[in-house]
Amino acid sequence: MTAPLLSVQNLRVSFPTHTGRVEVVKGLSFTLGRERLGIVGESGSGKSMTGRSILKLIRKPGEVTADKLEFDGIDILSQSEKQMRAIRGARISMVMQDPKFSLNPVMTVGEQIAEALVTHQKLPRRDVQARIIEMLHAVRINDPERVAKLYPHEVSGGMGQRIMIAMMLIPEPELLIADEPTSALDVSVQAQVLDIIDELVRNKGMGLILISHDLNLVSRYCDRILVMNAGQVVEECAAGQLENAQHPYTKGLLAAMPVINETRDELPVLDRTQWAGT
Amino acid sequence: MNAIDLKNLDIAYGDTKVVFDVNLSIPEGESFALVGESGSGKSTILRAIAGLAPDWTGDISVMGGARSHHVDRNVSRKVQMVFQDPYGSLHPRKTIDAALSEPLAIHGLGNRGERVEAMLTAVGLDQRFRFRFPHQLSGGQRQRVAIARALMLEPKVMLLDEPTSALDVSVQAEILNLLKRLRREQGLTFLLVTHNLPVVSFLCDRLAVMRHGRIVEVADVAQLKSADLKEPYSRELLAATEGG
Repeated sequence: MTAPLLSVQNLRVSFPTHTGRVEVVKGLSFTLGRERLGIVGESGSGKSMTGRSILKLIRKPGEVTADKLEFDGIDILSQSEKQMRAIRGARISMVMQDPKFSLNPVMTVGEQIAEALVTHQKLPRRDVQARIIEMLHAVRINDPERVAKLYPHEVSGGMGQRIMIAMMLIPEPELLIADEPTSALDVSVQAQVLDIIDELVRNKGMGLILISHDLNLVSRYCDRILVMNAGQVVEECAAGQLENAQHPYTKGLLAAMPVINETRDELPVLDRTQWAGT
Repeated sequence: MNAIDLKNLDIAYGDTKVVFDVNLSIPEGESFALVGESGSGKSTILRAIAGLAPDWTGDISVMGGARSHHVDRNVSRKVQMVFQDPYGSLHPRKTIDAALSEPLAIHGLGNRGERVEAMLTAVGLDQRFRFRFPHQLSGGQRQRVAIARALMLEPKVMLLDEPTSALDVSVQAEILNLLKRLRREQGLTFLLVTHNLPVVSFLCDRLAVMRHGRIVEVADVAQLKSADLKEPYSRELLAATEGG
């Protein structure tokens, strides 16, 4: 394998409270090549904070430290805000959870996608338009010319999320961070959206970090999985090996999920006292 | 006796009709699920039974008595509803004690202190939570409070609108176990709305698949478990859950 796209060593994120600083990510280390990495954990496990700190999106009074946080040889922590702007979107981009709150309500879909592109590249207007239509096609929107003129409130949740993906991928980033990209969507639409992400990521040879609380979903779409609890990685395994997970927390999570062919009378519950924290 | 009977039920919000010609009978003691994607009208049916969507035509009867279009205390005693989001369904400035006592006060029931204590125990909450506010509780604890509030009037029927979809997997397991235990102990009838088919498999006896405001199929949970659903749309839903 060549040099990793992203390498993180001993990442720590903390926030101040009345009783001193609380660490929400406690010494996380991983490397990522051009592959698909899943980060799984429950609310408050620090998975989203990990995603945000890679893009340096954690504002004061939050504090990020790391022995190493390198993206393609660039030390993220020492970058200025101005330098970060050249990286965000263009080289690393992020799909957020809910399209309702992440799209600009007073700009048409086409304008927003164009903005994502033009911020990073100078292009003739006609090319911009062509790229938008092409990108909307790529996320399987049937009638791109019409959809580009719509406002966010005029599209459905699933379509909104596909528009978000189009916007994030149009500058052709090398790394895509998807933070719960489908948890606001219907089950039937979820698979569609993830298939699109998956296809685009594979075709362009990008790196993907998929953050989710759904173990099965992550194991279906990723090569490797990190399981987080209370700010730490408790288990790292290949996606196919999930059933052979060793750590009691991972096993507990897997067992707590009802299955379609359910015969158990009672679901096993996690014994939280075993892991102090959340 | 049937716990819930719906006959030729049409429901509208203003000029928009959202549920068409629903016929459904749920016997007492059964746990029945309505599944389907967003906008299929499944929550609207619950809201109509609870009296929150008064613009309906047809017949709704609960425990043998017909439901009127107005707020109806007799019906409230028999049917209570639990909502999806425990962060939005509890009054932020009322303590747990106040939230649980309110239905008792409205219906003029005495022994409030004892009833609240007993109910907290029944849903697995420690007594120390009694005088706390919702923001001091976690999501799972809040959902327990919401379930406790629904049970304060000792209803026979519980309407559950996605009771676990806002919760983490491990907390979901706790709430599902709680619901199953309460149903067994108190002989409740459940009408559950969800899009999570494994939850149906765990908690329910029968299910109805809804699409565009109509019921397309009614099936036994055994059929769901053996993937023996008739309608193509039901199979599509099942396939989406199991994943390719």
